[in-house]
Amino acid sequence: MDFQLTDEHKLVQSTVREFADKEIRPRAAELDRTAAYPADIIARAAALGLMGMTVPEEYGGAGMGLVAYVVAQEELARASAGVQTIITVNNSLVCDPLVRFGSGAQKRRYLPSLCSGASLGCYCLTEPASGSDAMSLQTAARRDGAAWMLSGTKSFVTNGAEADVCIVYARTGPEPGARGLSAFIVEKSLPGVRVGKLEKKLGIKCSSTTEIVFEDVPVPDANLLGEPGMGGRIALGTLDVGRIGIAAQALGIARAALEDALAYAASRRQFGRAIAEFQAIQWMLSDMATRLDAARLLTYRAAYLRQSGARCTKEAAMAKLFASETAMWAAHKAVQIYGGYGFIQDYPVERYFRDAKITEIYEGTSEIQRVVIARNVLEAT
Amino acid sequence: MKIVVCVKQVPDTEAPIRIRPDGQGIDETGLNLVMNYYDEHATEAGLRLREQFGGTVTLVAVGPERSREALRTGLAMGADDALLVTDPALSGADHLSTARVLAAAITPLAPDVVICGKLSTDANAGIVGPAVAEFLNLPQATAIAALEMDAAGTVATVHREVEGGIEVLDVPLPAVLTVERSLNEPRYPSLPGIMKAKRKEIGVRSLQDLGLAGETVGGAAASTRLVRLDPPPKRQPGRSVDGEAEEMVAAIVTFLKHEAKVIS
Repeated sequence: MDFQLTDEHKLVQSTVREFADKEIRPRAAELDRTAAYPADIIARAAALGLMGMTVPEEYGGAGMGLVAYVVAQEELARASAGVQTIITVNNSLVCDPLVRFGSGAQKRRYLPSLCSGASLGCYCLTEPASGSDAMSLQTAARRDGAAWMLSGTKSFVTNGAEADVCIVYARTGPEPGARGLSAFIVEKSLPGVRVGKLEKKLGIKCSSTTEIVFEDVPVPDANLLGEPGMGGRIALGTLDVGRIGIAAQALGIARAALEDALAYAASRRQFGRAIAEFQAIQWMLSDMATRLDAARLLTYRAAYLRQSGARCTKEAAMAKLFASETAMWAAHKAVQIYGGYGFIQDYPVERYFRDAKITEIYEGTSEIQRVVIARNVLEAT
Repeated sequence: MKIVVCVKQVPDTEAPIRIRPDGQGIDETGLNLVMNYYDEHATEAGLRLREQFGGTVTLVAVGPERSREALRTGLAMGADDALLVTDPALSGADHLSTARVLAAAITPLAPDVVICGKLSTDANAGIVGPAVAEFLNLPQATAIAALEMDAAGTVATVHREVEGGIEVLDVPLPAVLTVERSLNEPRYPSLPGIMKAKRKEIGVRSLQDLGLAGETVGGAAASTRLVRLDPPPKRQPGRSVDGEAEEMVAAIVTFLKHEAKVIS
């Protein structure tokens, strides 16, 4: 068993770290304050190959595996969880299902521009009345000649304001739950598509979160992703990758919290010595470092399984659960170590604290991850 | 245009350096090794010339097997191919020997221009580039901060930052140029570039392949000998003064007068 990153992974890590340190980190506080979409950063990230990391090269992607993807996402999230959110959604919730379920024509039409940054993707699953119970969604599409007429309202859509291409899940058959669902590739420029409410959030502010309303949108039959009735399968399979991406985001936030806390504890002096010399602080730092490493190993394992083609639903849920709770906990401790300085906006730890919370909620709450894990471990007995 | 860029792998300048107990080198365990920063600028200069004139960028390194990683970085930035000269006999080789080996590896490539970093951040000698030019019997310009090529690609006009001004030189090609960091902003290796680099073969040559003998260029032939590496002296901790403002000022003035002797 080898716990080393490959040379390729190390090069991805150093490249993305340098990019994130130079071009994202210095602007993270401002992006958090203004909640403005960083179009220039996303354009440069796309030029680097970050928008379609696992998309095959023939469709304009970088053709990398999921471990390289996780390594890159951690570096991006360490600099700004908001910027990384924009990127990870495009990769794991939009490009990934297109690669796996798209027809040749669909891949050729949509992937090159999603990878190059010429277009941006979003993922429309959640609805006002269906969150954790995603398969109860009510958005519906009915066949009308060579098109599908799509109607419904999607909520909490990341990248909703800027996206050009939406992966939309809708009910197409009378079967209840997952079996009656289909997935569509919907261009936002189609008549009847409207961006609704732009949410104001606790964290990851520079990524937009919106409602998207579909009113009798004529979606060409050619834009059905996979077969009718496959929507539930596509959604759930996509969530495995999405969860690994969120786990990596949580790693980045937790690492930023740990690194800042270490530096602060070493330089902050009270009672005549650096506070890092006090055991109370050391225990927090030790636990942060240990949990971060454990979270990273879980995340690498899930990514490795996924890229090897193995089933990874349980492992992805475990990675997402543990990494997100680690990020929240580490950010909480970082604020505590900073004391009063952790509570004010002059230091980034309060931002980590706010950003970390979403990782315990989206792509399945911690409770849903536990449900998934329980189902898997009980099945095995 | 046939462009050759010389590359060296060095410890990351931000990495803490530990000297081996024998004082004959540094402890490389866990050390992050990267492409010498100046060589990133040299690679960038090479890639820009290729964008302007077409042709190829070939990276050449002399060093241990692990130097492949630095070459891989340059390939991921976009270089076409890479050559590594590695040989056990090269252990302990000095700068002049390294330059001889580089020159022997570069000669058969018949380049129009050879670009090097002006120095490597580990040894800080700045000898190899100029020595390569001497061994190749080519004109050279060192530490260039600007580079412009005439339309035909036959003469390089370069700027050198000299005391109080800028020296402008015309250098006829083929030539050797060593570059300053202010020359350009190196591109990041792109992720597709990293994947392409993975598939490129790095050519490997021994001294024998180049028709060189270890006795003439290896550690055995070194004209300088490393006596010892020492860590920089530890900074003495500062001294603080206590008491009322007047007492503290008096103590500091006494110190400045009698100990530091910077005021009288």
